[in-house]
Amino acid sequence: MALLEIRNVTRRFGDFLAVDDVSLSIGTGEFFTLLGPSGCGKTTLLRMIAGFDAPDGGEIVLDGQSMTDVPPEARNIHTVFQSYALFPHMTVADNIAFPLRMAKCPAADITPRVKEALDDVSLAGMEKRFPHELSGGQRQRVAVARALISRPKLLLLDEPLAALDAKLKERMQLELITLQKEVGITFVYVTHDQEEALALSHRIAVMNKGRVEQLDDPPTIYSFPKNRFVADFIGECNLLDGTVASQAGDAMTLDVPGLGSVRIVGSPGGSPGAAGTLALRPEKVSIGRELPADCANRFHGRVFDYLYTGDVTLYIVEVEGGQRVEVMLPNSAVGRSSKFFEPGDGVQVGWRDDAGHFLPD
Amino acid sequence: MSTRVQKWILSGPPLLYLLVFFAVPVGIMVVASFRYAGEFGGLAPLFGTGDPDEVAGLTVESYQRFFDDRIYLELFAKSFVYAVLTTVACLACAYPLSLMIARSPKKSRDLLVLLVILPFWSNFLIRVYAWMIILGPQSLFTRAFNGLTGAFGLEPMPLLFSPIAVLIGLVYVHLPFMVLPLYANLEKHDPALLDAAQDLGANAWQRFWRITFPLSLPGVYAGAALVFIPALGIFAIPDLLGGTDSMLIGNLVKQQFLDARDWPFGSVLSIVLTAAAILFAGLAAWFGRPKRA
Amino acid sequence: MNGRRKPWLLWAASALVYAFLYVPLVIVVVYSFNDSKLNAEWVGFTWHWYDVLFHDEQMLTAAWNSLLIALTSSAVATVLGTMAGYAMYRYKLRLLPVLVLTPIAIPEILLGVSLLIFFVLLEVTLGMLSIVLSHIAFSVGFVAIVVRSRLSGMDESLTEAARDLGATQWQALRLITLPLIMPGIVAGALMAFTLSIDDFVITFFTAGVDSTTLPLQIYSMIKIAVTPEVNAVSTLLMLVTLVMIVIASRLSPGGLRGH
Repeated sequence: MALLEIRNVTRRFGDFLAVDDVSLSIGTGEFFTLLGPSGCGKTTLLRMIAGFDAPDGGEIVLDGQSMTDVPPEARNIHTVFQSYALFPHMTVADNIAFPLRMAKCPAADITPRVKEALDDVSLAGMEKRFPHELSGGQRQRVAVARALISRPKLLLLDEPLAALDAKLKERMQLELITLQKEVGITFVYVTHDQEEALALSHRIAVMNKGRVEQLDDPPTIYSFPKNRFVADFIGECNLLDGTVASQAGDAMTLDVPGLGSVRIVGSPGGSPGAAGTLALRPEKVSIGRELPADCANRFHGRVFDYLYTGDVTLYIVEVEGGQRVEVMLPNSAVGRSSKFFEPGDGVQVGWRDDAGHFLPD
Repeated sequence: MSTRVQKWILSGPPLLYLLVFFAVPVGIMVVASFRYAGEFGGLAPLFGTGDPDEVAGLTVESYQRFFDDRIYLELFAKSFVYAVLTTVACLACAYPLSLMIARSPKKSRDLLVLLVILPFWSNFLIRVYAWMIILGPQSLFTRAFNGLTGAFGLEPMPLLFSPIAVLIGLVYVHLPFMVLPLYANLEKHDPALLDAAQDLGANAWQRFWRITFPLSLPGVYAGAALVFIPALGIFAIPDLLGGTDSMLIGNLVKQQFLDARDWPFGSVLSIVLTAAAILFAGLAAWFGRPKRA
Repeated sequence: MNGRRKPWLLWAASALVYAFLYVPLVIVVVYSFNDSKLNAEWVGFTWHWYDVLFHDEQMLTAAWNSLLIALTSSAVATVLGTMAGYAMYRYKLRLLPVLVLTPIAIPEILLGVSLLIFFVLLEVTLGMLSIVLSHIAFSVGFVAIVVRSRLSGMDESLTEAARDLGATQWQALRLITLPLIMPGIVAGALMAFTLSIDDFVITFFTAGVDSTTLPLQIYSMIKIAVTPEVNAVSTLLMLVTLVMIVIASRLSPGGLRGH
């Protein structure tokens, strides 16, 4: 049986439908992520799980018990807040001991447990510090330690890494993964950062406008987006609209205006005449004066512009028909100079017939 | 123009004015507290008082008088008790109000605060006068009050010209001084802290006493100082609302300057009063100092 | 969102405090129209007490004095206070902030009696002049604080931008800083005016025998007896204050906040 069941949960704010009939089932020990742009309803859903907000319709069930009339303080669910919400007038030790004190834990038990919790997040010796004396990463660890000390059934994390710089973020991601494995507690993680979601999660629910657009593991989400929104939201993606020209077996041909005929294999097909979109990751497109032999789709064009980002360069190529295609090229291939092509250079772009993914409208 | 010159042009005039009309008068008063009283009031002429202990016309006679006579220390203690009671009562009234305003929707907060300050902008004496009407012997309130206490078999008692009236007046006049700093503090609290406390198992009562109240202490201390200092030196409220037994230290100061015309002793009283007020404000500032850098 | 039941208690307590704040003032206003010498029971509507008020020579003189004193002292205090506020913001000063803040922090009565001694020793006749000089002394600090806080809320890079674009220091002050802190200056001026027209304690000690102000006149009237004429003058004063607040909020929206 699943640990957390979200059954047809709906939440309205006036005319605005923040969460629209969402059903999810999250298992014990899972690292589950709610991913979506701001305003997609992920935070509202999290607040309803925590108990700060109540659904207008539907039900939230934890471990077989309905949470409808259970106030936040009585739920066996703890939250790591985006701002961490560390109590500024309490020391690190007092912050971490807070849930134990609320649970009327005997004083003699508290000190060793706090010490152990601090060791777990490598903050030993920081007991007497105040939150304002800690760095961003340390605060984050205190918030996690505080939420985990009384061993909740479920830990909710509301964009806990949003305030950290890129380097620290990466390190904290690794720490979170390790920690979750060690404690074995179910994590429900909210973020708008798709890279973070892909890196951390066992499963991701991509949300948009209050609904779950796709629920899958990270590789499936990335490689086989179910629709335009997911394809566009996760990573960079060329979205080429067209009409199905022909279909045979698992192969099909798509007519894309401004580009031409594109061969696609391995995608759920559409019958001839149906409209749809080809989702094509820029890193799966090749660029050059000569192209590898396995490129089933080839087009001539000119480099329109490029974006140099250090490890890779993103080229925007305008093909002869006028359609623009984004191509990502790792700079490891370039040698000393920073780029292969200049704007205006004549090039070929191409990709394998199984590189793209067809999304019927 | 050099910065030095600009600095003096700007700060010179206000500096000069406040030196002449604030620092010098206070200085003179300090000197006056060490002088003899004149035969017909005011201060004695500088020399030739005929006192063998006299040193350059100065004496600690008035200070001795204050500290030797129990009456004055008792009066001081009484004023202190009134000021403390006023502060506590103001806190009790101001806390729920400030908390309610701080937790109201952002757009209505300004209006709610304005509604607290508005009565404060009407003249101080009008506000005291309002209570003279309410507590007056024939007023509806007094009759209702005595009717009620009468039902419990108590003797009817006059409300006006009583310590109760003085306290009500003191609280009424000083309440906004407590509300404003308290609200300013409570308004800044991060609501996520209460969410976090609740999330970690704290009920409403625990959330208040473990999070809201300790975090509001700087506001409480600031409000306490703003109420306590003026309440300690007030004389008009006991004058108008109090009876003969409601004289406070402020009334004694007033008496020394206007009726008894014993300026040295009046100066001693004012200085002791101010020292006590500043000591209290200093303590409040110390306790309320921001602990988070 | 949370704790949906609890706020009722908070609202009820707050409503009581608001009632405590307003009921007394409402009573003063209502009884100013009451056709009875006693402020005890409602007898009937009358304009009588306003009529009495407008024929009370002493009261009218006192009101006129108060107005003159408030206008003069607030004008001077605004100039001095703005200079002090700007100087405190711009330069590291030691003496000025102390002199500006202590008159606000100490009990009023101390300032009142020390000015009394000062004026008597200098043989300045107690009267309008001594009152005005005293009022300026306690108002300067309030203006300075309001102006200073307005300045510290100002974006420092604005004056730098003006200098960068070719303005002299004086032009930057006149064209950028002054217009931006104007709401603060106006608020400070209004505050000085209100403080002066309302002041009782300091005026009480520095007024002497011949000159009287509105608060002093009200004090001597209510010291003797409660009379609805005081209700009438109080009602008018509240009305004037209310009008001033409305004007102030129109002149400088936001300028009234934070006092």
